[in-house]
Amino acid sequence: MGDIVLQILNGLDKGSAYALIALGLTLIFGTLGVVNFAHGALFMLGAFVTVTFTNLLSFERVTLSETETTAWGSPLEIREPVLQAWFGDFGLWLIDYSVLVSILVAIPIMFIIGVVMERGLIKHFYSRPHAEQILVTFGLAIVLQEIVRTFYGANSISQSAPDALRGMMDFGVVLGFEPGMVPYPTWRFVYFFFAVVVIGGVFAFLQFTTFGMVVRAGMADRETVGLLGIDIDKRFTFMFGLAATVAGLAGVMYTPILSPNYQLGMDFLVLSFIVVVVGGMGSLPGAVAAGFLLGILQSFASMNEVKEIIPGIDQIIIYLVAVIILLTRPRGLLGRAGVMED
Amino acid sequence: MFGSKISDTTTLILFVIVVALIPLLAAPLGAGYPALMQFFAIFGILAIGFNILFGLTGYLSFGHAAFLGVGSYSAVWMFKLLSMNVIPALILSILIAGVFALIIGFVSLRRSGIYFSILTLAFAQMSYKLAYSVLTPITNGETGLQLALDDPRILDSARTSGQLPTPNLFGLDMNATRVVDVLGLEVQLNFGYFFSAAFLVLAFWIAMRIFRSPFGLMLKAVKTNQNRLNYTGVNTRPYTLAAFVISGMYAGLAGGLLACMDPLAGAERMVWTASGEIVLMTILGGAGTLLGPIIGATVIKFAEAKLSKFNEGVVHGWFDFLPDGLADVLTWVVAKFVGDGWHLTLGLVFMLVVTFLPGGLVEGARRIGGYLGRRGQKEDLEQLGSNVQGGKTTAAE
Amino acid sequence: MSKSNFSRRGVLKTGAAFGGVLAAPTFFTSAANAFTNAPGASSVTFGFNVPQSGAYADEGADELRAYQLAVKHLNGEGDGGMLNTFSSRALDGTGILGRKVEYVTGDTQTKSDAARASARSMIEQDGAIMITGGSSSGVAVAVQGLCQEAGVIFMAGLTHSNDTTGKDKKANGFRHFFNAYMSAAALAPVLSANYGNDRKAYHLTADYTWGWTQEESIAAATENLGWETINKVRTPLGAGDFSQYITPILNSGADTLILNHYGNDMVNSLTQAVQFGLRDRQVNGKDFQIVVPLYSRLMAQGAGENVKGIFGSTNWHWSLQDEASQAFVRAFGQEYGFPPSQAAHTCYVQTLLYADAVQRGGDFNPCAVAEALEGFEFDGMGNGPTLYRAADHQCFKDVLVVKGKDNPSNQFDLLEVVDVTPADQVTYAPDHPMFAGGELGECNPGA
Repeated sequence: MGDIVLQILNGLDKGSAYALIALGLTLIFGTLGVVNFAHGALFMLGAFVTVTFTNLLSFERVTLSETETTAWGSPLEIREPVLQAWFGDFGLWLIDYSVLVSILVAIPIMFIIGVVMERGLIKHFYSRPHAEQILVTFGLAIVLQEIVRTFYGANSISQSAPDALRGMMDFGVVLGFEPGMVPYPTWRFVYFFFAVVVIGGVFAFLQFTTFGMVVRAGMADRETVGLLGIDIDKRFTFMFGLAATVAGLAGVMYTPILSPNYQLGMDFLVLSFIVVVVGGMGSLPGAVAAGFLLGILQSFASMNEVKEIIPGIDQIIIYLVAVIILLTRPRGLLGRAGVMED
Repeated sequence: MFGSKISDTTTLILFVIVVALIPLLAAPLGAGYPALMQFFAIFGILAIGFNILFGLTGYLSFGHAAFLGVGSYSAVWMFKLLSMNVIPALILSILIAGVFALIIGFVSLRRSGIYFSILTLAFAQMSYKLAYSVLTPITNGETGLQLALDDPRILDSARTSGQLPTPNLFGLDMNATRVVDVLGLEVQLNFGYFFSAAFLVLAFWIAMRIFRSPFGLMLKAVKTNQNRLNYTGVNTRPYTLAAFVISGMYAGLAGGLLACMDPLAGAERMVWTASGEIVLMTILGGAGTLLGPIIGATVIKFAEAKLSKFNEGVVHGWFDFLPDGLADVLTWVVAKFVGDGWHLTLGLVFMLVVTFLPGGLVEGARRIGGYLGRRGQKEDLEQLGSNVQGGKTTAAE
Repeated sequence: MSKSNFSRRGVLKTGAAFGGVLAAPTFFTSAANAFTNAPGASSVTFGFNVPQSGAYADEGADELRAYQLAVKHLNGEGDGGMLNTFSSRALDGTGILGRKVEYVTGDTQTKSDAARASARSMIEQDGAIMITGGSSSGVAVAVQGLCQEAGVIFMAGLTHSNDTTGKDKKANGFRHFFNAYMSAAALAPVLSANYGNDRKAYHLTADYTWGWTQEESIAAATENLGWETINKVRTPLGAGDFSQYITPILNSGADTLILNHYGNDMVNSLTQAVQFGLRDRQVNGKDFQIVVPLYSRLMAQGAGENVKGIFGSTNWHWSLQDEASQAFVRAFGQEYGFPPSQAAHTCYVQTLLYADAVQRGGDFNPCAVAEALEGFEFDGMGNGPTLYRAADHQCFKDVLVVKGKDNPSNQFDLLEVVDVTPADQVTYAPDHPMFAGGELGECNPGA
């Protein structure tokens, strides 16, 4: 029983990441009608904003030792953390909380990246076929990840969660299990709640603000909204920035779970597309629901008891579910008719 | 390049001449070695096949590499069990890939647009994941299926030497190469290349016939407006399924040929990026045109083979004539785009081509023709391309 | 509606063209050389086939640095590195048999297909006489097969699967790197001394051939100690998040986790296992332990502080104090500013070993080279006395057992050597069941 609860938690946690990425992807679909293959790269960029930020915080002053040498005979470098020297305990605290603090940095950076991408490239592709949108954004994704590789190499770079959030929480006790049956890392709870807050925020923004209302109207009928004298283009640019920010934040918070490397985005790309399609193209609630559903199913398919019955099921479960859902529900879980079918 | 109004026969003859001269043309570019020339021909076949589906019907399959992989596995199994002769291997490759395409196509074609793409992607990824792991007894997983000394090969007489046999056509080895000297240039005449090239010509010819046939017209109609067809009472599914299966068999043939040239079948042949590469080849060259996909395949395979080989030492050699400091700076910059940075160049080229040449390289050639003021050119290429689709086509048609 | 009108005449014409080709079966066979890519009088070309893109690109870059250093030393530039400590004195810094060493590079992309395509271009276009490199066993086995068919020597880079010199061994292929069996045999006594003989082990294994041989080897070795194997779970390559495989361990009764992962999989699974508090747990009255059978410094860097105190094995480590290792670290460090990885070491050594075999045998013919390498005993390459066994072309040497260092003094100082398991303890019979099934065949000079 404890195992099943644990797998549900795993599923919710994976689902949070899937849902966050898919949310931005489907937002871009719905508003701009663009198939963005560079969306995974935005997730990766978010993760590397954190890496850069942490690197800057733990910037070290390097002095060459006059007496000691390295194994290959050059003078030994003595490294001193600058921040610690300047700010003492506050500096240490900042380094410890670098992942959380980097959210503040990531929001403007990712938003700007999103806006630049939309203005500089994507807007020229609104009226072009989806195949070309896919190709150009795929090219962009490759370029972005290669640029990151130039600076950070191909190796994974480890990031730590803040000390206070690194331990385990005994979740089972809440549900009435014996202590120690269902322990779960605190950071993964943080990630889950973070995802819920961001998703809720995006929904509330679209639902309860005038801006959101206009955007939703634009999603339904772009031309009419334009005729009403509303500059829908500006709002769409903003939406692209927002989608980039959501993907970036998902990446920022994921770094302690998955040490980022430059290919992170490609790993999540196919998966996030499947989430979006299973949820129904352009449907925000669909993307969120599909994200959590696929996360939980993937967790269960990986259980030994299941794998013994169907070997290799954990390798293909995501694709299998996608096939089954698309064959039984032509437009995914919550998709609208006529979207992306030509 | 072409005169006014060229007929299909002339195109075909020109095509055959160019294909036959590839060993000579590619040699000065450092691309005249068997492995790469074979790739030109084989990936050309693959791209032509993909274009029959995508270029004509507009259905974007994102799982085409699965058929390539299936073709390769079938061929290697024939080499292991039956004979090193390539004929049975190729027949089985085409058949098995056809059956796979029939099953996957039957299911996937129930949906259109991006839903179809995702379905094909899902099937291909499942094939890849399983081939890499639980199907290892059939596929030999990560390593890839290869020949072994103790394979049965029931039709071949037992070999006594401790060497692995080579795929051959009735005794003529695929890797047999004759090096001839043409004006001081080493030209490698490889049997495997000419064998693949013969299939490329055949594939090109069949595609040409399909493009011109009523069947091809029907496929184009599907692309332009499937709904209208459906409303007029035409059931389009048999046509799209036929196109899908033909396209899958092309991929199976290509996979079989890959195994004939180099008897190994790896699971990575089926991964989604490999499918993506096929799409890139087709669009880079010009989807919907006859020659475009072949040009795209050649360009991509050439870039992949050559760019990744320029290491810093080579690049520095190019700038040796410059002052030291300048040479170092140039080397540093250029080295970011070649050698281990060749993916960056690839990405940039795709972005540039798609942004500025939506019709692919074929459109580029046409535009250059236009600038040169040869007005006849445009018509020719359009006629040759049959239906240059690239961009805002549907509206234009 | 007729589909098409394929003309019968067209088909016949194509058939005739085919017949024309078939009519001249001898046309395509060239004048025979003694062997593939016999070098000219002034230079000889090596093919360095390493991953330059994908997950192992950094490892590939380090291999390439080592190759370039080896070429320098062979041509008499630099300080000579391990040429000065190598027990064979045949090489004198004037190239090989008077020929200057040149090289070409290529990208394996860590894919069998791409690696073979890249190797073929080196052999067919650039005239490479020897191919070396790689960072995964699948690629090594695939390229080794190709070199056997083409008639050139393959000096394997980093490849740890038993199969490379086991069921997929080839007469033209040679491996200096150690393998999964050796890792297990070297680790077992250390595990026994530190964790006792009464442990319950849970395996997480990357679901492909290398993972399987690693799992088989380490499970056999630990079961010999008296450990019980609770479960062996296969995880998809590149799973990223391993949480769904880690949580079942919590209540399984296991007190030791063995991670048969490499590269990013290892970085992620280890990081996450630590995150799930496995190392803070008490099971069966013992501290829960994690073991990573195959370590590399580059991976340890990725996993950060999670590697502290975790046992594993490695082929070589730069902190070794013998003269040869120090000579290599000095040469490499002065050239590039940081110490070499184990991948760099094995690649450097392989290049020198090949060059030395040619020099001693006096011939570039692959068969002569193979003969010079088979049964070759040497020292002064950083691993102590080493034997290139003739029966399977595998090197037998001491294996290092390492542990993640508790207080690293710098970013490269992540592992400490806790024990050196002598070569005779990791030696096995060529027909050992884990290696059985393949044949070496005969060396192929090509042509």
